[in-house]
Amino acid sequence: MAEPCAVIGIGQTKHRESRRDLSIPGLVRDAALRALQDADMTWKDIDSIVIGTAPDMFEGVMTPELWLSDALGAAGKPMFRVHTAGSVGGSTAVVAAHLIQGGVHEKVLTLAFEKQSESNAMWALSPAIPFQPQLVAGAGGYFAPLMRSYIRRADAHPDTGCMVAVKDRQHGLLNPNAHLHLDQTLEQVKASPMLWDPIRYSETCPSSDGAVAMVLVSEKHAGRVKNPAWVKGTSVRTERTFFAGRDQVNPAAGKLCAKDVYDEAGIRNPLKEIDCAEVYVPFSWFEPMWLENLGFAEQGEGWKMTMEGKTKIGGEMPWNMSGGVMCTNPIGASGMLRFAESARQVRGTAERHQVDGAKVALGHAYGGGSQFFAMWIVSSER
Amino acid sequence: MSEILSAPYVLEYTYTRSTGPVVGRFLESLRYEVLEGVKTADGRVLCPPLEYDEEGEPTTDEFVQLRPSGTVKSWSWVPEPRKGHPFDRPFAWALIQIDGADNAMVHAVDAQKAKRMRTGMRVRLRWADEKHGTIHDIACFEPMASYVPSPVHLEYDVNPGKHYSAYLRGLQEGKLIGGRDPEAGKVYVPPRGADPMTGNPTDEYVEVADVGVLTTFAIIRIPFEGQKLTPPYCFGAIVLDGADSPIYHLISGVPHDEIRMGMRVKAKWKPQDEWETSLENILYFEPTGEPDASFDSYKEHL
Repeated sequence: MAEPCAVIGIGQTKHRESRRDLSIPGLVRDAALRALQDADMTWKDIDSIVIGTAPDMFEGVMTPELWLSDALGAAGKPMFRVHTAGSVGGSTAVVAAHLIQGGVHEKVLTLAFEKQSESNAMWALSPAIPFQPQLVAGAGGYFAPLMRSYIRRADAHPDTGCMVAVKDRQHGLLNPNAHLHLDQTLEQVKASPMLWDPIRYSETCPSSDGAVAMVLVSEKHAGRVKNPAWVKGTSVRTERTFFAGRDQVNPAAGKLCAKDVYDEAGIRNPLKEIDCAEVYVPFSWFEPMWLENLGFAEQGEGWKMTMEGKTKIGGEMPWNMSGGVMCTNPIGASGMLRFAESARQVRGTAERHQVDGAKVALGHAYGGGSQFFAMWIVSSER
Repeated sequence: MSEILSAPYVLEYTYTRSTGPVVGRFLESLRYEVLEGVKTADGRVLCPPLEYDEEGEPTTDEFVQLRPSGTVKSWSWVPEPRKGHPFDRPFAWALIQIDGADNAMVHAVDAQKAKRMRTGMRVRLRWADEKHGTIHDIACFEPMASYVPSPVHLEYDVNPGKHYSAYLRGLQEGKLIGGRDPEAGKVYVPPRGADPMTGNPTDEYVEVADVGVLTTFAIIRIPFEGQKLTPPYCFGAIVLDGADSPIYHLISGVPHDEIRMGMRVKAKWKPQDEWETSLENILYFEPTGEPDASFDSYKEHL
């Protein structure tokens, strides 16, 4: 049986288009210090460090975990890097939780970061490789056809994607750490230019610089704070990019990952038993797609929840209270930001974007071609 | 015609100016790319130096050498430079506090764009190529980069592997080759070596048609670094007749607003004498003109 694991410290940088005021070591240290302060700890208290960031080619930094060890007080301590594309922030937190749950360590600092102002994701994702025509145009180019498929399959209202953008940006206005603070109307979003038809400019996430850190501890140390977030379930799943009959809109790996994490947390009906969720939505249409993939809505019905306003703070199932990836996207950190926000919600420390009385929350990340998934369920109750 | 008479007139003369012991030393030092400040009686450092400080006290004869860098305390953007300005492109006038000085110097900042200017920004001094012992020996200040270029360069050979090579050799002959899972019967184009669903090898090669169904697509309208094609262009997933996995290619030969999911499309090949081991032998896919495939017939490929 796994040891109980709790989140007792959460810290993040102010996320901006460019944090030229900070080096990458300075950026990760800023987030780590805030998490340590929140946990009432110092570097000395930490047993090991688990770090995650996006693929090396994004920033052109190989083995950043070696470079950053001094900035994270890791000299002489075990340090481990996790490497799962866009889902990395989530799977990094899962690995950290497993170190506690497996009894390997008692106090783990976990951290994820990205400096998009010093990286080039479009270039890194669209290489002109010999023997192949260069066709894909960044992540948007890859995902836009899937959204077209979703819209057709679900017969979704065409405004759904724009509604998600407006909602997440309204939530982001409540979050001082968010990169984008945009008070946008539906008309403004609809009028923004098409980049990867059917994805408009305002339906995409920004490119951000930022880092986020958490301190995870065993039960013995959870009493350092009065409001730990208990990790009730963790899961990761992966599927291949290409196989015959692959459902790219509603991937099997995502469904299996959700089932696994719900089973571990004892959740039978996510819509009833989860109070809110932070879900990786880098393009607005992913909200209805993931509502279905994660079992919050029947297949083909996710868009209705969005259109009915159920995913707003104050709605039946608030999603992305922090403004989500649509407001803040330091790619390597984006997954852990979802996990951290879910923990903040059940700790009651989400300030102006707090969901009243949130006790159980889902944190979610995905990456690659909708093929890497990481999730956790956190609760205010042990 | 105006009733008032008018004629151009230029009033121009070069005076000489005694610089005095303090400013004179400062300007003379500039010739040697040395930036100096003068100490005041109460221990402050002024750069540019003054003979008399703002309290009316004479400054001392003690000079200190300063780093040629500083901080912008205030600035004003000049979008349309005039004659006599240090640049013929937009620049900023700024109050710059030289590192180690207690006052500020007015000088130009060559920032290229107004959005690069902000109060508190760090700037470095750029010396003029030719020095004359005047303030113009300082050509301007420029934004100090807080970053350095960090180039990455890798060279390697791409080996596409046995199965992909068979596919590429097929393309060289104008054929589209897939690999078939003998048990499940699924045909992968290009062949993947094994069926990811069963683990069975897909060693049996089969030729599939160069005609198929456009299952879904995006219109790319965004330019990006390294892009080979000029937007807008259409990028689509095509399940070829006889295949069970999509290939991705350009869709052309049809207005973008007429492209539909389920549209039947056919490969448009390059002239045969240009064929290589590349999918680029196919320029794009274009409509066949046949009726669209029903949604049910391709929905499992989305």
